[in-house]
Amino acid sequence: MHIVVCTKYTPDSEAKMSVDASGKVSWGTSPLIINPWDEYAVEEALQLRDQHGGTVTVLSMGPEEALEALKHAIAMGCDEAVRVWDDVCAGSDTLATSYILAETIEKMGDVDLILFGKSAIDAQTWQVAPAVAQRLGIPALTYVIKIVELDPAGKSITVERLLEEGRQVVSAPLPAVVGTTKGINEPRYTSFMGIRKAAKMEYPVWTLADIEAETNKVGPAGSGVRWPEISMPPAREGEAEIVQGETVEESAQLLVDKLMAEKVI
Amino acid sequence: MSKNDVFVWVEQFKGQPAPASLEAIGAARSLADKLGSSVTACVFWGPGVEPLAQQAISYGADVVLLAEDETLADFRVEPQVALLAKTVRQTEPAAVLIGATFRGRELGPALAAELDTGCIADCTALALEGDVLAATRPIYAGKLLSKCVIPERRPQIVTTRARAFPKPEPDPARGGDVVRVEPVSTEDTIACKVTDFLATEGGVSLADASIIVSGGRGVGGPEGFEPVRDLAQVLGAAMGASRAAVDAGWIPYEHQVGQTGKTVSPDLYIACGISGAIQHQAGMRTSKVIVAINKDPEAPIFKLAHYGIVGDLFKVVPALTAAFKEKLA
Repeated sequence: MHIVVCTKYTPDSEAKMSVDASGKVSWGTSPLIINPWDEYAVEEALQLRDQHGGTVTVLSMGPEEALEALKHAIAMGCDEAVRVWDDVCAGSDTLATSYILAETIEKMGDVDLILFGKSAIDAQTWQVAPAVAQRLGIPALTYVIKIVELDPAGKSITVERLLEEGRQVVSAPLPAVVGTTKGINEPRYTSFMGIRKAAKMEYPVWTLADIEAETNKVGPAGSGVRWPEISMPPAREGEAEIVQGETVEESAQLLVDKLMAEKVI
Repeated sequence: MSKNDVFVWVEQFKGQPAPASLEAIGAARSLADKLGSSVTACVFWGPGVEPLAQQAISYGADVVLLAEDETLADFRVEPQVALLAKTVRQTEPAAVLIGATFRGRELGPALAAELDTGCIADCTALALEGDVLAATRPIYAGKLLSKCVIPERRPQIVTTRARAFPKPEPDPARGGDVVRVEPVSTEDTIACKVTDFLATEGGVSLADASIIVSGGRGVGGPEGFEPVRDLAQVLGAAMGASRAAVDAGWIPYEHQVGQTGKTVSPDLYIACGISGAIQHQAGMRTSKVIVAINKDPEAPIFKLAHYGIVGDLFKVVPALTAAFKEKLA
């Protein structure tokens, strides 16, 4: 079985984000890390490989910084890594990114399962997994919190996926795209041996020519969405009004009165 | 129908329209009024959803495209995209608005890929610059705001965040046209099969809730959620939780609010025993009124909250429950 995990690098979730006068986004001295949601996808891929056999390839579209994400995934236990990039890919929206990833996966050929994290913590679109599935013409199973059954021989998968009102149980034929969510597993830490392997490994870069992709379908030319302005949200002023009565009951009563006056109940 | 029309995909569960869809109809209505065009609601579900058509009209739609078919009964992207893409190709609307629910956020980008156009995810405000939509969306967990546009391609697909747009007042007397459409897909051409549905207990969806009561590390264990649950019940609120409480296994992940959980925006958010790490704040900072109950007066949540009580949540929360019970009786 060949499983591909798509990942990207992001600034650390604790990073203090800022925007300068020219609109350039900065995350200060915070490190670049593997997108935290993607660790669930990597972990699930490793567990499925250990159960059913096969290989796990981690795939990232991005400049050299994307190596951080690939290295982390290799250190967790993935077998192969592919980075796909060309300078013209910069500025790709999810439409263009899904094209590049779909073309790369088609180039790989025999892929049974394509795993994604729920979303990237930077742009938070949740869009690439369903778009890749649509482009490949295969099923998309997103927000998956449990893989109920995977049958590589019978080429089928059954999952539980989150919706607002509960969990939908869905079956689909392979190959399929599976978007994982937190709760599906507990991602492992990287091991010493894994980190050593990741440090020694060669990381091939596939260009658009390698994946036989068209340059007018990537970058701004291939994108639908533009993001001309990024700004800081207005800061909230002041501190909480601490409600303090003589007794707990009195404090509670005072707070209830204030909330009734706010008309939020 | 004209080329400046605004489509809205209407979501439902057990015959009830998703609040995010009604909010999207409201947003579409105000755009269409400015563009001098009309709003078309797409109601593509299983048999028996016809009442939704009139509801969509009463909330602001001019035309409803109604498909009732077994293949559309359970939400699946494939038949929805096929039918939406067909109607969009025929009508060429300026925009398609979709509530940014789980279903909507799967559908939007798939439709965009099918139609080779852009999809702006999870936007919280919409304006017009000429005839181009200018959407605002939070990025980096709300630490930054991004303005997004789709200047060239059509339609402009946008998913709208729940509770970011006001729900319109329904007008039952409003008139509109209902046009029946046929599904594109037949069951044998749809790869995904829905075999079961496991409903979440409690029922109030976090994203749609107007009041949320959340518990964090301070509740101390699964049984510590009891007073939190009691308060939620009295207020008709949804139950939330911090990552610490979910990671400790005290409450299922479905309840988690924050950067790696749900983003919520209720009228009232009551945080019980939650210190307010930046990742938690990312999920609830846009709540209208935030109340913090924590025994540590230095907890960061007090910097974000509007009201706070410093004290033991096991005393304060039951006292609040009692006080609300009396007031709301």
